[in-house]
Amino acid sequence: MHPSRSETGQASWEHFPHQADMGVRGIGPTKEAAFEHAALAMTAVITDPASVAPLQAVPIVCEAPDDELLLVDWLNALVYEMATRKMLFSCFAVRFNGHLLHATAWGEPVEVARHQPAVEVKGATYTELSVKQDRRSRWVAQCVVDV
Amino acid sequence: MDLTLLKQRGQNEWHIAPHGKMRVPGIIYATDSLIREMDEKVYEQVTNVATLPGIVQASYAMPDAHWGYGFPIGGVAAFDPDVGGVVSAGGVGFDISCGVRLLRTGLTAEDLQPVKALLAEALFHRIPAGVGRTGKVHLDRREMDAMLAGGAKWAVGKGYGTHEDLEFIEEHGCMAGAEPEHVSDHAKKRQQDEMGTLGSGNHYLEVQQVVTVFDEEASSVFGIREGDLVVSIHCGSRGLGHQIGTEFLKSMAVSASRHHIELPDRELACAPINSEVGQEYLGAMRAAINCALANRQIITHLVREVFADVLPDAVFSLLYDVSHNTCKVEEHDLDGTPTRLFVHRKGATRAFGPGHPDLPPSLRSVGQPVLIGGTMGTASYVLVGTKESMALAYGSACHGAGRSMSRHQALRQWRGRDVVKELDARGILIRSPSMRGVAEEAPGAYKDVSEVVDAADEARLARKVARLEPLVCVKG
Repeated sequence: MHPSRSETGQASWEHFPHQADMGVRGIGPTKEAAFEHAALAMTAVITDPASVAPLQAVPIVCEAPDDELLLVDWLNALVYEMATRKMLFSCFAVRFNGHLLHATAWGEPVEVARHQPAVEVKGATYTELSVKQDRRSRWVAQCVVDV
Repeated sequence: MDLTLLKQRGQNEWHIAPHGKMRVPGIIYATDSLIREMDEKVYEQVTNVATLPGIVQASYAMPDAHWGYGFPIGGVAAFDPDVGGVVSAGGVGFDISCGVRLLRTGLTAEDLQPVKALLAEALFHRIPAGVGRTGKVHLDRREMDAMLAGGAKWAVGKGYGTHEDLEFIEEHGCMAGAEPEHVSDHAKKRQQDEMGTLGSGNHYLEVQQVVTVFDEEASSVFGIREGDLVVSIHCGSRGLGHQIGTEFLKSMAVSASRHHIELPDRELACAPINSEVGQEYLGAMRAAINCALANRQIITHLVREVFADVLPDAVFSLLYDVSHNTCKVEEHDLDGTPTRLFVHRKGATRAFGPGHPDLPPSLRSVGQPVLIGGTMGTASYVLVGTKESMALAYGSACHGAGRSMSRHQALRQWRGRDVVKELDARGILIRSPSMRGVAEEAPGAYKDVSEVVDAADEARLARKVARLEPLVCVKG
């Protein structure tokens, strides 16, 4: 059984169903943590994040006019790095500067036999897209990814 | 779906009356049981599409419709540029020109039996499938642009396939109006190692047997008989198309207000056809169509090479190649006037009827082959476009079974190894780098493709010609 949700400290990620694809959701005490865990949820669409060693760091910068578009840009930047570097990522550090996102993603090259990647993510979508604080003041960042 | 929201007109046709900001009605083609099982989101998305500027006639959904992005998967809509019509990146989707091609082998299923396992291994070894697999064709900048402008025609020029293949590909293998200069460097970089690769998800390469012929006349024109061995390829424009979709979705979403377009859902991101971003998207999207056509052409070449080693008596010829995620300029009759429209098909197959001038002369008498992909454990179908279809939904039909269960649910229900074992016992050999991927694609996670095809046939969107069943399946 592959994990579909996980908690680390106060932050967590989970998948939510979409008929053809997968929803990814990151939850955390800060917007940064929610974005980091949404990225982890996306990795979990492809493989078990625990199987990915955080060996190599990749810097990522993106910019968008609002938080929601920024989440999609962030996930799409990771999709691009995964596709062109043939890597998977399992550890993320995000910080914001206005509408700018600066991040580092740590991971390793894909090893098909070990990682058993189920699908490649084609892109993050605007479906079920939201970035907001819930009633418990936790940040929740989510969208559906097309696979 | 709540049937009280719909008005039934004919056995398989359901109408949504225009309300709110809808400019045209919604029309869903489905059987009673398919419409009952259909997600409420399809209703919402068909309705939303009907609000877009310049839409004409109706917002349509095919029998395999399910919850998509902005448009439903299985959605068809046409826009008139002369009345402010739009082109929508969401209406084409991420996997631009994803499609199916079907190859005749000149062999029968009996010929396969002695070498079935050997062929399965050879195909799996030779055709790159799944995450992280790269192709053997690496393109520099100049060649990339040539491929994006030339499509399958470029591939044939490079020695991948024959000139005869081109006649049996939509647009004769080369989409006109492609503008590689509007394809970003990011998109080109994403594609540089991915030519000739299947990808993952629901993409596949199958060796199939023609098990039933329903229409002797059409099957004779298509050159297939019961017992024939055929090869089916389902894939698209790979990373390049995904990146173009991603980038234009954002630029169209951001520029919508500038174009005074009110989006009921950001995923419906669109731009006027006669705008700068609209024209740039069309140029890039057409280049992605060429990428998909070239990709399927290269894979065809690899399949021919594998068969030459394992079953050298095979004589390959292309039955047809269809794309089911596109926006194309077509002339359709609008209230008695031939009108140039931008027809979006998102998870829907073009299904031109007999006599259509875009069909190759040898197929013109019967109509366009419509290739419907099923699952690795059930069946695929060949249909043919009908005269009536041109008036029903611009000559369009369904494209596949459509999922009935999320990947999430499928993972809870099946283990990949069990699926492979069960299918093996039924004589279907599955080869995949990922057992989790196999579990997510388990046949039980899809709707009954036969019911979807029957609904298309009964609604006269397309007519059933033959049923194909898998013998070997390479999954990404």
